[in-house]
Amino acid sequence: MTIADYAFYGFAVVLIAAGLMVTIARNPVHSVLWLILAFLNAAGLFVLLGAEFVAMLLIIVYVGAVAVLFLFVVMMLDIDFEELKGEMARFMPLALLIGVILLMQFALAYGAWVQSDGALGLRQAVTPDLAQATNTHALGVLIYDKYIFLFQVAGLILLVAMIGAIVLTLRHRKDVKRQSVLAQMYRDPAKAMELVDVKPGQGL
Amino acid sequence: MFATDFQIVLPEVILAVYAMLALLFAVYTGKDAVAGLLTWVTAGLFVLLALWIGGAGDGARTAFGGMVNDDPFSRYAKVTILLSGAAVLAMGKDYMERRDLLRFEYPVLVTLATIGMMIMVSAGDLMALYMGLELQSLSLYVIAAIRRDSVKSTEAGLKYFVLGALSSGLLLYGASLTYGFAGTTLFSGILSTLGGEVPVGLLFGLVFILTGLAFKVSAVPFHMWTPDVYEGSPTPVTAFFAAAPKVAAMGLLARVTQDAFGKIPGDWGQVLALLAVLSMFVGSIAAIGQRDIKRLMAYSSITHMGFALMGLASGTAEGVQAMLVYMAIYVTMSVGAFAFILSMSKDGVPVTDIESLNMYSKKEPLRALALLVLMFSLAGVPPMVGFFGKFYVLKAAVDAGMVWLAVLGVIASVIGAFYYLRIVFYMYFGKEGDRLDGSISPVQWVMLMGSAAVMVLGVVNLFGIDSLAAVAAETLVR
Repeated sequence: MTIADYAFYGFAVVLIAAGLMVTIARNPVHSVLWLILAFLNAAGLFVLLGAEFVAMLLIIVYVGAVAVLFLFVVMMLDIDFEELKGEMARFMPLALLIGVILLMQFALAYGAWVQSDGALGLRQAVTPDLAQATNTHALGVLIYDKYIFLFQVAGLILLVAMIGAIVLTLRHRKDVKRQSVLAQMYRDPAKAMELVDVKPGQGL
Repeated sequence: MFATDFQIVLPEVILAVYAMLALLFAVYTGKDAVAGLLTWVTAGLFVLLALWIGGAGDGARTAFGGMVNDDPFSRYAKVTILLSGAAVLAMGKDYMERRDLLRFEYPVLVTLATIGMMIMVSAGDLMALYMGLELQSLSLYVIAAIRRDSVKSTEAGLKYFVLGALSSGLLLYGASLTYGFAGTTLFSGILSTLGGEVPVGLLFGLVFILTGLAFKVSAVPFHMWTPDVYEGSPTPVTAFFAAAPKVAAMGLLARVTQDAFGKIPGDWGQVLALLAVLSMFVGSIAAIGQRDIKRLMAYSSITHMGFALMGLASGTAEGVQAMLVYMAIYVTMSVGAFAFILSMSKDGVPVTDIESLNMYSKKEPLRALALLVLMFSLAGVPPMVGFFGKFYVLKAAVDAGMVWLAVLGVIASVIGAFYYLRIVFYMYFGKEGDRLDGSISPVQWVMLMGSAAVMVLGVVNLFGIDSLAAVAAETLVR
């Protein structure tokens, strides 16, 4: 075994263990921390595959942004996870049964896994030659050139998500005082202020 | 290359640009005050695009390396989707306005959903399929919950969202298995790798993809969300759900089965046949106990999807043609029926109980007559166009050697006729009771009468859609 093999098994075993811990950890904050470990190991696997750009993206975007955001959400939401788990325990036997059956079926499917004769060639035909182009360049060509249509549609889907979030949650409250910049700027000192000469000992 | 590619997807690009401009326009001007105007403009744009796409001749082109198809099949489906979308927008405006539901985002979201549907029916790649499907579904989840103060509407949206996400997951899993076998996501590529014995892994992928799509067409046993979502959503939204998305999902199903898996019709044919039989029977039998007309229409749509699936299950060009004819007829009937349901109200409050139709014929003979024609057509009673839709799919099934399927279809159709005719019975022979007193808006009147007239006049030559559908089916089944 070479160093790369050891590294692969190291990353893979920790990744699976961390993935398992995400689901069975009692404390949701711990789950998120395990998730971050899983992301880091997945990034390691990507590096081994030669996809360093995706690996860095995984660390920067998923670990740096998504997981941290997730951590905040989990800590801020006041959800009693123990109670949810109690609910879930009732359906556990049925869920386990379905899970075991599914697992057996997948074992059947993957155990006899074959791919078509031309599959390897077709898979490589899409990607630019990595000897010619760097990772980032190759991804750029794929996303912004070959798959530009899908990229734009993905943008539309995000737009829908944004509109949806606003439609379903934004409420225009009438009883809140808001700052109106224009009204502030057009205030006339003559109307807004009044000079009063207060005599000593009299008051207003 | 880019210029021609974009020219092929120009209708979608125009709609997308329009959606963004409309959003900006509404935000910076009157907000919800311009919603009515936007609804009309959107409906008008849909009709214009439908005319343009419909008149584009009958060439077949592909764009973006085969990811998007522009052929008679996609054009037929797109015209159906756009016209039904326009009809539903126009007739629902009055209802939404009166109940203070007409937000300016509504027409924009409908436009975005329509873009998704257009991508679905022209998809030539598993990724394009998924993108179109998600664009459509996400928009629909939001408009299902657009009456956010109502528990039922938000529940409908949430239910639709959770089950839709589950079905998307199944679909993606199937797509990944298929990619694992074929090494490509292009439909033409998948087709070229098939041949000989089908491995178990690919069968898993195929079944998962079919399951995911069966959720979207609400075929039994993946129909559980349909009655609740139909009942909970505002009625114009329900009318939209019952029309365009069904055409899109059926078109997508036809595309995946024929374009990508056309060489192994036996493997998906039996799955679709089972879905068809279950949908027809469960839809017909479960509808008998329903008193709410929106839930009734939900079960009715499940039954009709069963019939359309029967056409696809036969796996022939004739079957696809029958499915296309069936969907066009179904959408027309559905628009007419919902135009009536939208007008059902008492003291200004919308009513959906079918008991309220008691002796309706005495009060509004013309409208009752139109609904009678539509109900007969939905049930498939011979002189109406609905019969010819059923006739086409049954004939396709018999010609493909699936006599048992056709016989079961006829039996289910007879059972289903009961609840359609019960509505007619209430209207003409029911007992005296509280009657509906709502008026019908001019647009709804035109849609109701127009759809009923089509059901009667169409018997002459079906307005030629059967030959259009034949051309469309020819391009798909090679």
